[in-house]
Parts: sequence; C-alpha cells; structure tokens
Amino acid sequence: MMEFPGQLIYWIVVVMMMMGFYIVIAQGNFVKKIVGLNVFQVSVFLLYITMGKVTGGTAPILADGIEIYSNPLPHVLILTAIVVGVATTSLGLALVVRINEEYGTIEDDDILEQESDA
Amino acid sequence: MITDHLVVLQIIIPLMAAPLCVFIRNANVTWALATIISWICLVISITLMQQVMATGEIIYELGGWAAPWGIEYRVDMLNAWVLVIVTSVGAMVTPYAKSSAEKEIDNDRLYIFYAMLLLCETGLLGITVTGDAFNLFVFLEISALSTYVLISMGKDRRGLTAAYRYLIMGTLGATFYITGVGLLYMQTGSLNIADLGKLIPDVADSRTVQAALAFMTVGLCVKLALFPLHMWLPNAYAFAPSVVTVFLAATATKVAVYALVRVIFTIFGGVDILEAVQISDVLIAMAIVAMFGGSAVAIYQTNIKRMLAYSSLAQIGYMILGLSMNSVLGVSAGLVHLFNHAMMKGGLFMVMGCVVYRIGSAKLGDMAGLGKQMPVTMGAFVLGGLSLIGVPLTVGFVSKWALLQAALEKGWWPIAVLIVISSLMAVVYIWRVVEVVYFQAAPAGRVAVKEAPLMMMIPMLTLIGAAYYFGIDGTTTMDIAGRAAESLIGGLK
Repeated sequence: MMEFPGQLIYWIVVVMMMMGFYIVIAQGNFVKKIVGLNVFQVSVFLLYITMGKVTGGTAPILADGIEIYSNPLPHVLILTAIVVGVATTSLGLALVVRINEEYGTIEDDDILEQESDA
Repeated sequence: MITDHLVVLQIIIPLMAAPLCVFIRNANVTWALATIISWICLVISITLMQQVMATGEIIYELGGWAAPWGIEYRVDMLNAWVLVIVTSVGAMVTPYAKSSAEKEIDNDRLYIFYAMLLLCETGLLGITVTGDAFNLFVFLEISALSTYVLISMGKDRRGLTAAYRYLIMGTLGATFYITGVGLLYMQTGSLNIADLGKLIPDVADSRTVQAALAFMTVGLCVKLALFPLHMWLPNAYAFAPSVVTVFLAATATKVAVYALVRVIFTIFGGVDILEAVQISDVLIAMAIVAMFGGSAVAIYQTNIKRMLAYSSLAQIGYMILGLSMNSVLGVSAGLVHLFNHAMMKGGLFMVMGCVVYRIGSAKLGDMAGLGKQMPVTMGAFVLGGLSLIGVPLTVGFVSKWALLQAALEKGWWPIAVLIVISSLMAVVYIWRVVEVVYFQAAPAGRVAVKEAPLMMMIPMLTLIGAAYYFGIDGTTTMDIAGRAAESLIGGLK
C-alpha cells in the first residue's frame, strides 16, 4: 500500500511544507518570511491537486468515449485558495513597504531593537 | 418571501456595503452607512434567534443546490447565539467609531476603515453561519485580511509590525486549517460539516483523520490565541486604533472559539474525540497555563490596552477550559462566557478608547488623576473590572460560577481551586489602575480633560450595563448556552 514511488508526491508536499514553515520561522527578513509563507501555501495547493487525480482518469471535460474523469472539485477549491494566497501576499508586501518607510529597515532584529527603545 | 433569505442576507448586506463605502469616499456618509448596516445585521440576527428558538434549525441552500454538493448555511442555537454576539458588538462599535476613528486614523482614509470594518463583520458572520468546511476557510481569510488592514491603520508605527506578525501567524493558522479540511476530504469525499459528522465515525481510526484533527485544532488555536500560540495578540490589540481593538477583542477570538467548537463537537461529534485521542488533557493544560500566564503578565504591563489584551488571553483560557471538560455544564459555561466576555471586554476597551481620545495615551502613568476629571468613564472601568474579577451580580460571576459547577461535577477540585486563584489575580491588575486613577494627583503639565463625547459614552455604558443586566439575570443567557451545549453534546450519544 505504501510503496515508495507511488506516494512520492506526498513526500514532496511534506518536504515543501516543512521547508516553507522553516523559512517563516528562521528568517529575520520580512520579505523572505513572505516567500516562505508562499512555499508553505503552495505545498497545500499541491496536496489538494494531487488528491483530485483518479488513476487512468482524464481532464474533467465531458466528451464521447471517455469513462473516467479526475475529480475537478479540489482544483476548484484550490483556485479559491490561490486567490486568497495572492491577496495575503500582496497585503503582506504592502505592509513591508510601509514598515520600511517607518523604520528604515525590514530586518526583524533591527525592528525589535527600535521598538524596545520606544 | 424575504424572511426565507434572512440567513444569506446577513452576509450579503455587509459584503455589498463594503465596496459601496469605497465608491462613496465621504467619511460621514460611509460612517452612516456602516452604522445602518450594522443595526440591520443586529435585527436580522435577533430575528434568526427567535426563529431558531421557535422552530429549530434553519437550513438554507445557496442557489438551491442541495447539500452535500452545494454549500449550505445552517443556523442552529449555537450559530444564532454567536451571530447575536457579533452583531450586537458591531451595532455598538459603529456609533462609537465616529469620534474615536476621526481622532486615531488619518481622516482621508476613514472610508477604507469603514469598508474594512464591514468586511471584517461579513467574514465573522460568514464563519458563523456557514455549514461548509471550505467555505469557512474563505470567510476566515476575509475576516483575517480585513483585520490586518484595520490593525495597521493607527498612527503608531508599531501597529504596522503588529499587523505584519499577525498576518504571518494568521496565514499559517488558516493554511493549517485547510490542510486539515483537505485530509478529511480525502477520507470522506465531503466538505459539508453536518455530512462530515456522519461520515467520520467510519474512518475515525485512520491516521489521516487524526492528522486532520491535529491540523485543524492547531490552526484554529492560532486564530483564537490559545497559549502558546498567542504571540500575535498583545501587540495587535495594543497598537491597533482603539475602536478596532474593541471590535476584535469582543468578536474575532469568540468566532474562532466557535469554529473550534464546530470542529470538535460537530465534525468529530460522532466519535467523542476529546476522549478518544485525549486532546482534552492537552487543551485543559494549555487553558490553565493561559489563565495564569495571561493574568501574571497583565500585572506587569504599563500600557493598559496591552494589559487588557493579556487579560483576554486568560479569559480565552476559561472558555477553552469549559469546552474541554466535555460535559453539558462545561460546554455551556464556555459558551456563555463567549457572550459575557464580549460584553465586559468590549466595554473596558471602549473605556480605554475614551481615555485615548482625551489624553492621547493608554499608558498607566499618564492616566493619573483621571478619576476626578472623567468620573463616568473611570467608573465604567471599575465596574467592568469588577466583572473581569468575577464579583457577584456581574456577568463574570455568572460564567465563573458555571465553570466552577462544571469542574465540581467532574470532581476536579484542584481545577476549581485554580479557577478561583486565577480570578483573584485579576484583582491585582485592576487595582493597579484604580490606585493610579483615583489616588494619584494629575501630572502638573497636563491640561484638564473632560468626558469623551456622548456618542462614545452611550455605547460604552450600554456594554457595561449589559454586563450587569445579564449578570443579575443570567437565566436567559445560561438557558440559550445550555440548549446549545445540549445539542452539541447530544450528538455524541
């Protein structure tokens, strides 16, 4: 059941997810944190897209002579999630621009230092 | 008939009004619009509450597509209860917002503020009414994205970093939540919350479903700021504009608690998940640490908005403690505290909004002597503080009494003692404020101030008044919470 190559895509999802998560935690640069967040989100998109695949199934477009279709629902869900991800990224970057204007830096350590003085 | 569509109108009206605000651009007109909309929402939610009490659960199929294929909105006692909490706070916040926001937010961006406030309310109401696990995620992000904007709108630059940190934590939390939903969809092929509740018992033993539970619980605990996932909350509340803090403190975490209740008692309702995977012990431990940690840190704060934010962490601890007791009494204590805490903490943050409006600071040192200059506002602070401590005749007493009864029913004496001790810690941090405000002379340099405008005083006094009205007569609220708890726990048997 758990033959290794068959589950490869899930391994990729898990590794990507942990990579993204690690970047968010470990990086002090606010832009890099957002990049990490994106990697993290994309891994979940992959998870959804993967589960929609039906073995031997084709694209879910109604046509003659085709019996098995892949499940389109997860793809539709993930379209929504991608839109949410884009909104989050753009808002996050906008905040980074404003932070840079106010603090003159986007490094976590420098900002914490400035805030402890205030 | 229009009354058939009330459930969806509750969401659509504020959703449509938000872009309208952006087109209108005039601060006063958008304020008037937001106020009217928030009151319409309150009327709708009270009507829904009455319908649910009279006829039971309301199911609304969006576009006429039957669940589990279509998205359905489902309102039972619990949803209706949370809807009333959110909309009544919304209806109090919008009139209050006018003066407070003019003072604390750039006046040429006020229309964006009202648009975001309406979107945030849309998101919170959407989370509450939806019967679809993925739809819940979408509303979660609508409310979260508008919240980030709201937090960053103040004039203090630390609001920007607070919003950024909340964005990172909030997005991680929401992504954890959809990962969990995805895993459940893999196992069951359904996204409908009620349908999932029926399908899960057959597959509950699989590791996929248990991983899904873990992802969803952690994701939502970030949103509701349960210790140790609370790091975003204190700064976000302290440096957001006061009116935003009022709205968030009274609604956002409550709605996240509601979502967690749905996951534990409805999606996993068929398998008594709190016992089966023993997450109840973990939640109880974290709740107790939150109760003590939150109160202890609150004692050392010099910024009073921040102090109240830490006190919120402790109060969230009480809610989660009640829920994780897994008994009708415990869950109803947690649910009634949702409402009670919204009233008293909303009122207290409104007091701080009035203080900031007059003296431009929320620092304890700057508040010296305010007891004589703003007697009504500071009187309201004392009354709200008493409720936070849990003195009899206040709502705080009603929920703590219910929580104590629930703990004793289980025979958990040590936990009952801990509840009492942690309540007493609230005395310390409330007293610190009282001492400075009433017994220290006003600093020499400060110009004498007077009470805040009436438009701010009335909502503040209404919320504090509600904290006493429902404290003296807690039967209505306890009855509703009790019926909601029975329907949740009833799903187990």
